[in-house]
Amino acid sequence: MSDNTPTLEVCDLHKNYGAHEVLKGISLAAHDGDVISIIGSSGSGKSTFLRCINLLESPSRGAIRLRGEELQLRAGKNGELVCRNHRQLEKMRARIGFVFQNFNLWPHMTILDNITLAPMRVRGLDRAQAIAEAEALLAKVGLADKRNAYPGNLSGGQQQRVAIARTLAMKPEVLLFDEPTSALDPELVSEVLGVIRSLAEEGRTMLIVTHEMRFARDVSSHVMFLHEGRIEEFGPPQEVFSQPRSARCREFLASHL
Amino acid sequence: MDVVSNLLLFFYDAIHGGYSALCRAISQWLIELVGSSGAEPWSSFARHSYRILMGVGLTVNLIVFSSLVGLVLSVGIALARISKHKLLWMPAYAYIYFLRGTPVLVQVYLIYYGLGQFAFLRGTESGGTWLWDNVLSSPYWCAIIAFSLNEAAYTAEILRGAIVSLPRGEVEAAQALGLSRVAQFRDIILPRAFRVALPAYSNDFVLLIKSSALASTITLMDLMGATRAVIARTYMNMDFFLLAGVLYLIITAVCIGGFRLLERALSAHRRASAPQRRTGVQTA
Repeated sequence: MSDNTPTLEVCDLHKNYGAHEVLKGISLAAHDGDVISIIGSSGSGKSTFLRCINLLESPSRGAIRLRGEELQLRAGKNGELVCRNHRQLEKMRARIGFVFQNFNLWPHMTILDNITLAPMRVRGLDRAQAIAEAEALLAKVGLADKRNAYPGNLSGGQQQRVAIARTLAMKPEVLLFDEPTSALDPELVSEVLGVIRSLAEEGRTMLIVTHEMRFARDVSSHVMFLHEGRIEEFGPPQEVFSQPRSARCREFLASHL
Repeated sequence: MDVVSNLLLFFYDAIHGGYSALCRAISQWLIELVGSSGAEPWSSFARHSYRILMGVGLTVNLIVFSSLVGLVLSVGIALARISKHKLLWMPAYAYIYFLRGTPVLVQVYLIYYGLGQFAFLRGTESGGTWLWDNVLSSPYWCAIIAFSLNEAAYTAEILRGAIVSLPRGEVEAAQALGLSRVAQFRDIILPRAFRVALPAYSNDFVLLIKSSALASTITLMDLMGATRAVIARTYMNMDFFLLAGVLYLIITAVCIGGFRLLERALSAHRRASAPQRRTGVQTA
């Protein structure tokens, strides 16, 4: 494969809820090390777009490629696209990390078990290996002492850092963040942003849906502004934040900066 | 196969023999304690205590056995019930609908008396069938089958409710990590659902304890059957039915206590948490 193959490529993605079209054809190519922030007002389709990429939501039209490998889709019942091959989808999902707004840790498992489950089940690591990796990741997000705690014992910010560690344990090639700090108290936001920032500095490929404009400007290589299901503005952060071409983007930034 | 069934039979005999000896010893001790000329109803209680205690044993046997079989069946039925495939959810739905909608007594009679009408099941021409000779002609197995099927229907519905009520995000997290559907169920959905379902299940279990008295209607000498047999000889209706009621109450109390311990053990993650914000607010 040539070096130009994007790590993650999304082509002309559409999504309808009944007659309502949420995404009206979104294309995006993320290369190794790209950090793309996706901004826009609520209802613009940011989260839906992100969730369509690993098929947590079924797109209506479009294609998704991971390092050139296309996710096999077929038409389902309601005019939605569903996966054609479950094994392939599982493999692709394992390579695409996803961090949720509400963390979604499993409350009946300790922090360590939350992190080691998928590496053991999907990557086939044995328990000792999985624990060693999990401990390294917990140290990285600054929660080494919480390995035996349950999610319910942690603050929101700590839970989100564990959720990031759980995602990293799969060694994903791309990371998708769906408003990772929106469910957090203001004073807890920075600890999570700090972790994401350090991941950006490592050169990881990431898509981040966020409302934290200053953070988006600092860490992104590109910023994508969505409005009513379309890409209204796309470019390097300096351009998008300093000289937005679209009036809507200017309006949005004026009210959010 | 033969080894397994022989081994099972051996253990069954050992437990049965052991329990029988224990009951005999307790009965002996009670008779000596009260004395043959003691005051009623105590001397009658003592004299018939062996029979009553054996009845308690059979009641516990029926409850434990049919609840275990029912629990195993219920997982399959609940999974079929939440499936999107018509061939899976429709039979499961019909099964639950029928078994929850008809009296247990009717089900017991259908299996014990009803099935015997079919000549092919009895094997009148072929000289007997295995199913008839070993299972369907035995009131014990008919009771086990009826209670298990009934219990499976109720438990499946409880499990289904628990599975459906799980926060969607927890399942999505498992999907997003690439877990197979089998792993999603085994590691996340079922363990979570069992915890959620436990209080409702314990309630259901108590109902099973009381339904088990219906076994006496098909000649089984469970606690109810033994009580009635003793009353037929002593005419002491009030005394022995009261005794039976107290013994059922004790069985129920022990089971409720057991469930409470189990709930405590399984909710370590909740008990350990200090006062905290609820963080997992789920959006639709």
